[in-house]
Amino acid sequence: MASVSLLFVTLLSVTLYINIKSFILWDQSQTFLPSLSDSVLMDRRFPFKVLEHIFSFVDSNEDRNSVSLVCKSWFETERRTRKRVFVGNCYAVSPLKVARRFPKMRSLTLKGKPHFADYNLVPDGWGGYAWPWIEAMAARRPLLEEIRLKRMVVTDECLEKIAASFRDFKSLVLTSCEGFSTDGIAAIASTCRKLRNLELRECIVDDLGGDWLSYFPETSTSLVSLDFSCLDSEVKLSDLERLLSRSPNLKSLKLNRSVTLDVLESLLRRAPQLVELGTGSFSDELDPEEISKLTKALSELKQLKSLSGLWDLLPEYIPVLYSVCPRLTSLNLSYATVQMPDLIDLLSRCSKLQKLWVMDLIEDKGLKTVALCCKELRELRVFPSGADLDETDVTLTEQGLVSVSEGCQKLESVLYFCVQFTNAALVSIAKNRPNFRCFRLCVMEPFAPDYRTQQPLDEGFKAIVERCKDLRRLSVSGLLTDKAFEYIGVHAKKLRMLSIAFAGDSDLMLHHLLSGCESLKKLEIRDCPFGDTALLENAAKLETMRSLWMSSCFVSFGACKQLSQKMPRLNVEVIDEHPPKTRPDSSPVERIYIYRTVAGPRLDTPEFVWTIHKKPEVGVSRLAIR
Amino acid sequence: MNLSSIKQLASTKPHFIFTINFSITNSFPYFSSVKMDEFVNLEATELRLGLPGTDNVCEGRERVSCSKRALQGAAENETESSTMKTETSPPRKAQIVGWPPVRSFRKNIVQTKKNESESEGGRGLYVKVSMDGAPYLRKIDLSCYKGYSELLKALEMMFNFSAGEYFEREGYNGSEFVPTYEDKDGDWMLIGDVPWEMFVCTCKRLRIMKGSEAKGFGCDV
Repeated sequence: MASVSLLFVTLLSVTLYINIKSFILWDQSQTFLPSLSDSVLMDRRFPFKVLEHIFSFVDSNEDRNSVSLVCKSWFETERRTRKRVFVGNCYAVSPLKVARRFPKMRSLTLKGKPHFADYNLVPDGWGGYAWPWIEAMAARRPLLEEIRLKRMVVTDECLEKIAASFRDFKSLVLTSCEGFSTDGIAAIASTCRKLRNLELRECIVDDLGGDWLSYFPETSTSLVSLDFSCLDSEVKLSDLERLLSRSPNLKSLKLNRSVTLDVLESLLRRAPQLVELGTGSFSDELDPEEISKLTKALSELKQLKSLSGLWDLLPEYIPVLYSVCPRLTSLNLSYATVQMPDLIDLLSRCSKLQKLWVMDLIEDKGLKTVALCCKELRELRVFPSGADLDETDVTLTEQGLVSVSEGCQKLESVLYFCVQFTNAALVSIAKNRPNFRCFRLCVMEPFAPDYRTQQPLDEGFKAIVERCKDLRRLSVSGLLTDKAFEYIGVHAKKLRMLSIAFAGDSDLMLHHLLSGCESLKKLEIRDCPFGDTALLENAAKLETMRSLWMSSCFVSFGACKQLSQKMPRLNVEVIDEHPPKTRPDSSPVERIYIYRTVAGPRLDTPEFVWTIHKKPEVGVSRLAIR
Repeated sequence: MNLSSIKQLASTKPHFIFTINFSITNSFPYFSSVKMDEFVNLEATELRLGLPGTDNVCEGRERVSCSKRALQGAAENETESSTMKTETSPPRKAQIVGWPPVRSFRKNIVQTKKNESESEGGRGLYVKVSMDGAPYLRKIDLSCYKGYSELLKALEMMFNFSAGEYFEREGYNGSEFVPTYEDKDGDWMLIGDVPWEMFVCTCKRLRIMKGSEAKGFGCDV
């Protein structure tokens, strides 16, 4: 494998170097190079078969995108060999073009709504419909085997179309999607005979009952993973038992909360080969015999690496899990409302743990235990347990994260919710762990300064971006001035995604980011006081990024118009209840979503979304086609 | 201006609905500590980098869902403070849309657990416990304990102190710490005087008093 990549690299240097643009355009009508170089290349061109073989080793889509920009023949070869297609913004390109470009497509990944939709900042009906894509693929790429969608609206019609159109369909993974019911799932289960993966991760589903489970074929299924943890209603135990008995390849099973603890043992007995288990509710009363049976069943899961679910975990059932702990590499306790002593009891036995999701009930003391015992930890997420900011009766402070950063050498990804923080802690954390790739800190009190010194958290985040050279994703919070963003702009050269809330003082903040962060692809900002100037000055930068989300900032409608007219390949969408036409240009806009696209303005905008038209005289058009 | 309204609400004092324009100068990063009155006067002399004619920017933003909520929250606080009695709790922080950034299904899960325990009539009687000298409060569930001895043991473990022995006449003997509670009437009572069931019903919060303040409870210091 290494020698082939070396050959590939040599090839690259041997061929004529063509100016590689800084961003990817999929528009086939573009000419790639002047004919002179083209003819030179014709003589030096490798046979299609050789190139094809070499490209088959190129997995990463980013590399493939670069490859396709080298020359026309490489573009052609690459597009004919790409099997896994990833579209980060479903509105950046039309489904038809994608279908036409990649004839060998076997897997399609799409993302729809902006990330802030997760926090209810994007109104319902905004868009992100899967249907046009499924329709296009069904017509042109019937050999498609896998569809992965994130934050999209998927209807039962979509699911039925998938079931009906792709005869070799193997894998459906829906993350944070909505718009479908259990009937659609039943259609998939019954019709896709080769189905391997059916995963509904955190979807909002119209749950019409648990019957869908009985629709899987009666003969043995090829299921490898099944995740229905987001559904509410009960499934029939007998259906589930029979399904498990006839699915010998099942490696990952994630039950929903309504699967009670008393039936878990019977399910596990039928699936001892599980690698990933998401339990149902863990709180029913069991008698001692049942407890020992369950303990035994769990200890039989010799291959179990990942454990999740554990809703309402009762402390008395923690010993039941002892046997699986030493093998666990991933543990999701974010629904387990157990207190710190019990968490310590459990975590001190998980020496191989690489990924831990937990609530702040773990407290500083618990995180200290994690630092001592879980030396392999790579990812940590600590979620708040209290629904309101007022309810902070847990002693989770910045010290917890400092301990983990000291003790866990391999830690590279963190999501940490905390009421307040200090610069000193951030500096320590940065010193301890320069290998962070993802650092998301949410200081829950907006505008909270360093609570010891009352200074802004500028110096702390400066340390993070200075030391963590590989930082790809960053979320900042707390009291921050423009200085913090100057530091980010100067140091965070590999940063791809940045989330900001309640920060900064002025336009300088945005200017530092857009002019400094070279690799920035996604920027999302809420409630920050910058205005038009920085946005207009750095307009060109926006075409190198996937998207920019701004809400509750001071950008005016006039600036949006200017931006849209200046940049032909950007869609500037304004989300507002009232027509922008009725307000003066200087009035601020509530929410803006700007993204690069080669598909032009989208045609499915709802009433409250306004795409700024490119022609000044038109102003704003909705182009809503129902 | 929803941004400044939020900044106001971040401080815990009751306050007025107020909209101000945001200044470009970095002269006041420490918002929560500055009183709002000072800003009334600064408005005229503020430097701004807005587009010309943006004086009425703040008024136009009321429709914003975020500021709407912030304003509503502040409005509620106003009416509360005007009819306030001495023991009303401080106004709740207004809910900011999408903050903290936690997925709603994750919020609901913890919430439903709370509601379940609250609706089970008598279960989940959480009261705050403060101890003199400790930097933060704790919360305990009174329904977890069957009597005073269990409660006291739990408190002793939680705060790492010893309450001494309880005597009906003299109160707590052998310790400078005295466990007390505030009842429905707002009076501070010694823990242990009333029957347990009555205590659970009337107790609003607990406080472990220390040293001189505790003298009045008749214990040997």
